[in-house]
Amino acid sequence: MIEVKNLYKSFGDVHVLQDISVNFEPGKINLIIGGSGSGKSVLTKCMVGLHEIDSGSIMYDGKEFTTMNFKQKKEIRKDIGMLFQASALFDSLTVEENVLFPLEMYTKQTKKEMLERVDLCLDRVNLENANKLYPAELSGGMKKRVGIARAIALNPKYLFCDEPNSGLDPFTGIVIDQLIQEITKEYNMTTIVITHDMNSVMETGENIMFLYQGKNWWQGDNHEIVKSDNKELSEFVFASKIMKQFRNA
Amino acid sequence: MITLFEHIGAYFILLSRVFKKPDNYKLIFKQTIHEMVSLGIGSLGLIAIISVFMGAVVTIQTATNMNNPLLPGYLVGFATRESFILELAPTVMSLILAGKIGSNVASEIGTMRISDQIDALEIMGVNSASYLVFPKIVASLIFIPIIVIYSMALGIIGGLLVSMYFDGMTLNDYILGIRFDFKMFSITYALIKSVFFAFIITSIPSYFGYYVKGGALEIGKASTKSVVYSSITILIINYLLTQMLLV
Repeated sequence: MIEVKNLYKSFGDVHVLQDISVNFEPGKINLIIGGSGSGKSVLTKCMVGLHEIDSGSIMYDGKEFTTMNFKQKKEIRKDIGMLFQASALFDSLTVEENVLFPLEMYTKQTKKEMLERVDLCLDRVNLENANKLYPAELSGGMKKRVGIARAIALNPKYLFCDEPNSGLDPFTGIVIDQLIQEITKEYNMTTIVITHDMNSVMETGENIMFLYQGKNWWQGDNHEIVKSDNKELSEFVFASKIMKQFRNA
Repeated sequence: MITLFEHIGAYFILLSRVFKKPDNYKLIFKQTIHEMVSLGIGSLGLIAIISVFMGAVVTIQTATNMNNPLLPGYLVGFATRESFILELAPTVMSLILAGKIGSNVASEIGTMRISDQIDALEIMGVNSASYLVFPKIVASLIFIPIIVIYSMALGIIGGLLVSMYFDGMTLNDYILGIRFDFKMFSITYALIKSVFFAFIITSIPSYFGYYVKGGALEIGKASTKSVVYSSITILIINYLLTQMLLV
């Protein structure tokens, strides 16, 4: 479980996150939604330690992350997998080498064992015969799959996904969502997903946090979101005609 | 002026991260070999062409300007050798490499920054500065002195090829000139300079690439800045080292 308490973060005079308190539960898809500039990416970057926070607390299974030194943070980071919006695969490495990278960095397994693990991870994301391809040779959906395979290579306890289905066609987007959902249940991971995709919100949102103007404006699940009378949330989620029809149905 | 000091401060902060104990020696070694091939071997062709032609041109120009019968014929070979060993091979070739390698390093690291690859390394708990920059610095410290020696040899060979058919001089005079009054310290001096330049050629572009913000346009700007700053630094360090070592 990841617990965030009274988190504040500013860049100069701009208060990006204000008094954020939220719990992200294991075995569940925890969604962070909100408009552009609402602070979603900053919140996740603070949680993984890419940004220093101004005040507050971030606990990973009861361990305070913000006061840890580099070595202690490194231990926690071994348990974190992250899928980036643009996949962030290493361009100069093949698919196999990308997934192998965290294993080579942190495990003392033999090359054979590591390659077996790579194949297992690539199989898990339904990616076959792509081991020797470079990221430039992959489609958007394949890149996301490799990103997931690399993120789960070390069997992480926590998985962060930044807009996992952005830039994908609707079908591939659903496949990626399902994959993240399956992996979360299978490994009982604490999965945090930033998304703008309302289809994902309705399909997978077990614990949804709506960020508005840097504040935790609303929290609930995909059933509660439909019934909510929160004005800002409704304006955001049911902005399109189709979503309005869906709500009224 | 404040911005310049900020840049210098941030550059040394980056270097302090680069020289921290590596996370995994095996991966750093593998990366260093990769960089030696990419940065070093990839530059050999360009350096060969430039050195041979510069050697030829220096020889022709020297011979043309020394057609006084009172001057010994071997001075042309001597001047070519001294020009190449003392200045053209270590400094001019380093300036050329600052353009070739520097822009490559800045754009490679800059692209990794804007496409979140550096963030991906950090989240994995990897010291990205050390993993990305250290192998480049080590590879250039090993390879650039070798390139400088290679350039010296090819420059002198370029002059030798010209001396075979140029009317104003003979091959024997040229060979006598390149052997005349040879001081081993000249090579040592050139190699000392090349080590300093090698460090500049990779560390300054790495700095500009590592801290790039924005998109493709900013990568281009960072790449240009890195070449400009590396070249200026090379010229300043060249002057200081020459003052210290030769005067």
